[in-house]
Amino acid sequence: MLGWELPPHNSGGLGVACLNMARALAREGASIDFVIPYSAGHPQTDFMNILSATSLDPIFRYGGGSYESPRVLEKNIPTGNKKDFMSIRDVQKEYCKFVKKYLSTHTPDVIHAHDWLTYEAGVLAKKEFGIPFIAHVHATEYDRSGMNRGNPLIHEIEYEGLMLADKIIAVSEATKRIIHEKYKIPLNKIDVVYNSLDENYNIDGYFFNQETYKYIKTLKSSGYTIISTVGRFTIQKGLHYLMEAAALAISKNPKLLFIFAGDGEERNSLIALAAELGIMKNVIFTGFIRGQKLRDIYSISDIFVMSSISEPFGLTALEAAHHQDALILTKQSGVSEVIKSAFTYDFWDEKKLADEILAIASQPKLKKSLQNNIRNEYRKISWGQVAKKCLEIYNKNIKRKRN
Amino acid sequence: MRSICLYLHMHQPIRYREYSVFDVSNSSNYFDCDYSERQSNERIFKKVAEKSYRPTLNLLEKNIKKHPSFRVSLSITGTWLEQAEKWGPDLIAQIKRLVSSGQVEILGETYYHSLAFFYNLDEFNVQVDLHADKIQQLFGVRPKVFRNTELAYNDSLAKWAEDKGYRGIVAEGWDTILGWRSPNHVYRPAGCKNIKLLLKNYRLSDDIAFRFSNHGWKEWPLTVPKYQHWLNMDCLRGNLVNLFMDFETFGEHQWADTGIFDFLDSFISSWLSEYENQFVTVSEACNLMPPADEISMPETVTWADTERDLSAWLSNSMQKSAMNDLYSMRGKILASGDEKLISDWRILTTSDHPYSMCTKYWNDGDVHAYFSAYASPYESYMYFMNVLRDISYRIMK
Repeated sequence: MLGWELPPHNSGGLGVACLNMARALAREGASIDFVIPYSAGHPQTDFMNILSATSLDPIFRYGGGSYESPRVLEKNIPTGNKKDFMSIRDVQKEYCKFVKKYLSTHTPDVIHAHDWLTYEAGVLAKKEFGIPFIAHVHATEYDRSGMNRGNPLIHEIEYEGLMLADKIIAVSEATKRIIHEKYKIPLNKIDVVYNSLDENYNIDGYFFNQETYKYIKTLKSSGYTIISTVGRFTIQKGLHYLMEAAALAISKNPKLLFIFAGDGEERNSLIALAAELGIMKNVIFTGFIRGQKLRDIYSISDIFVMSSISEPFGLTALEAAHHQDALILTKQSGVSEVIKSAFTYDFWDEKKLADEILAIASQPKLKKSLQNNIRNEYRKISWGQVAKKCLEIYNKNIKRKRN
Repeated sequence: MRSICLYLHMHQPIRYREYSVFDVSNSSNYFDCDYSERQSNERIFKKVAEKSYRPTLNLLEKNIKKHPSFRVSLSITGTWLEQAEKWGPDLIAQIKRLVSSGQVEILGETYYHSLAFFYNLDEFNVQVDLHADKIQQLFGVRPKVFRNTELAYNDSLAKWAEDKGYRGIVAEGWDTILGWRSPNHVYRPAGCKNIKLLLKNYRLSDDIAFRFSNHGWKEWPLTVPKYQHWLNMDCLRGNLVNLFMDFETFGEHQWADTGIFDFLDSFISSWLSEYENQFVTVSEACNLMPPADEISMPETVTWADTERDLSAWLSNSMQKSAMNDLYSMRGKILASGDEKLISDWRILTTSDHPYSMCTKYWNDGDVHAYFSAYASPYESYMYFMNVLRDISYRIMK
């Protein structure tokens, strides 16, 4: 299996998904070598072999960064050949070299590669060693750039990988559609396998810390409805539409509090927009949070909104469901395909979103039934199922190869 | 007689720290942070005290002793005094000596260096009285001439100051208002009878305050004879030159190595060496001559930026919402009767806070950004609003 990150060295959902998938696959009897581009310890991963393609520190897996001077990089990148790791392309080249060397002594039944970062290595395995190559799509460059074309180089690598893959796994029908429409891949080459909630979520022994948000609790007890959203503040997440909808909703019901949890390049413009709309009193920016604080946000919220312009899956919605939030999802998010007990809207439809928020805020019975029904639904999806589907796909392709 | 009215402004805001939403309801400490942090009031005060307050006060005291006719006027905010009491009591003792020499006058203003005049007249009156009481308590005098925060001035402020009993008021001598008239006279504000208006000679003031160390300026380096020549020429259009500037011009805006201290030192002696020259305090300036004319400023004029308006403080939506939300809480704050809460709230009225949310020149990285205690205007706004949340939480409790 080829990946770019695993917890605790992950920056987002990709690492979590990879870890859970590998764990479930191992449980089904698969033996896995997992290649990562950096060197670091990973607790609770003894069910597979983790292979480091370089001796880099995890923070340099995207390269040294174009904004650092060579002298700073010299100091920071702890390896003999510093010039080799200036950019993410250099790290990817090194990653490919490692995979090639590995394949000269090992012959896996199948190569399962996650996202564009590792597709080149997957292509290499197929071309030079004839190993079946499964490309797993967690997000495309279209998703990441708000349905614009994005970085042409990344697009190119994605395209090559998707073309040459023996099979493609997409995390939702929405993603499958994008792969078909934007990359011209035939539909029958793409299977949909939905993600599931991180298994650690249930066994962590989490309990809601009453102290963290005393202030929000006070508001809540005076009749406020708490609406939250969680994620990176990038164009992909459609947060400006959410902010506009928030202003509309607040104009009808001032007892609404919106929590924007996360950070990213759009933060400043979101703050300015909240000020512009005159609703900063009803908006909270928490900055980047994880772990206990993040779960406390889910716990204290009544409603969770996933406002993404495009969201291949949307794991945070499942996390919110786990904490019994009522969900409002854009029709453009993959998770809305599996969760039915939720309100949906088109990402640009601010008025409808405002309507839905106001409806839940004003009707406790509606809120309760959404919250209860969702509990039953999100439990139906499990990583065990994901693993079974993956194995099915593996076996078909191994067989095809042999014939 | 040719007179120079030298007036210096001493102020430090009490900055709020990077107050996160996780602090709301858990900690009501808004203003204290680690010494190493960007917003550490203690560190900043001590640094500026070392670089500017102490050497400049020493220089002024030396000249006061040497020249019985040397005069200087100071405006000192309450937030500066509070911090000096904690981190530089010697500075207060020294100012006390200066005031008792009779050669130094102190101006009246708002205690918290606020723009309350434009939001809430009651609050404005309270803050002016608080300041006058503090000055009386520390230095045994009551201010007779008024300066508003950022020299923000208009006709209704002048009317207010006259009704309050002030002898004079100071403002920017902006060309747009003056037209062909010179700032080198005493004026009468429109609609007033007794109060006098002193106008800043911004060219000659800014030669020292802004341009002194600018190597790109064609007049650099500025020498005492050259500057005195300009003063002589300027006196042809009026015998009173009002040099108003930040106290921190000396040592902080213009560092010691630019020669600013030597310049000030020899300039004082050199000006007084001519028999028809003198220095005056702001009150003395008001009595020098009858008003030359009436001046009207219906729109607010300040001493900042090329616009000379309030746009650096109150133009973008973040600044407006922050100030509107802040002032709209006043009734409940006062009704609480909680003195700590009231003073925390008043510290937030300081004009430096909305100034740090200014985006006017943010992208150019100019003075606004240089002097900011926050990484960006957006962050400043975010922390400010979090503090307001906690304050409203304290009212609710």
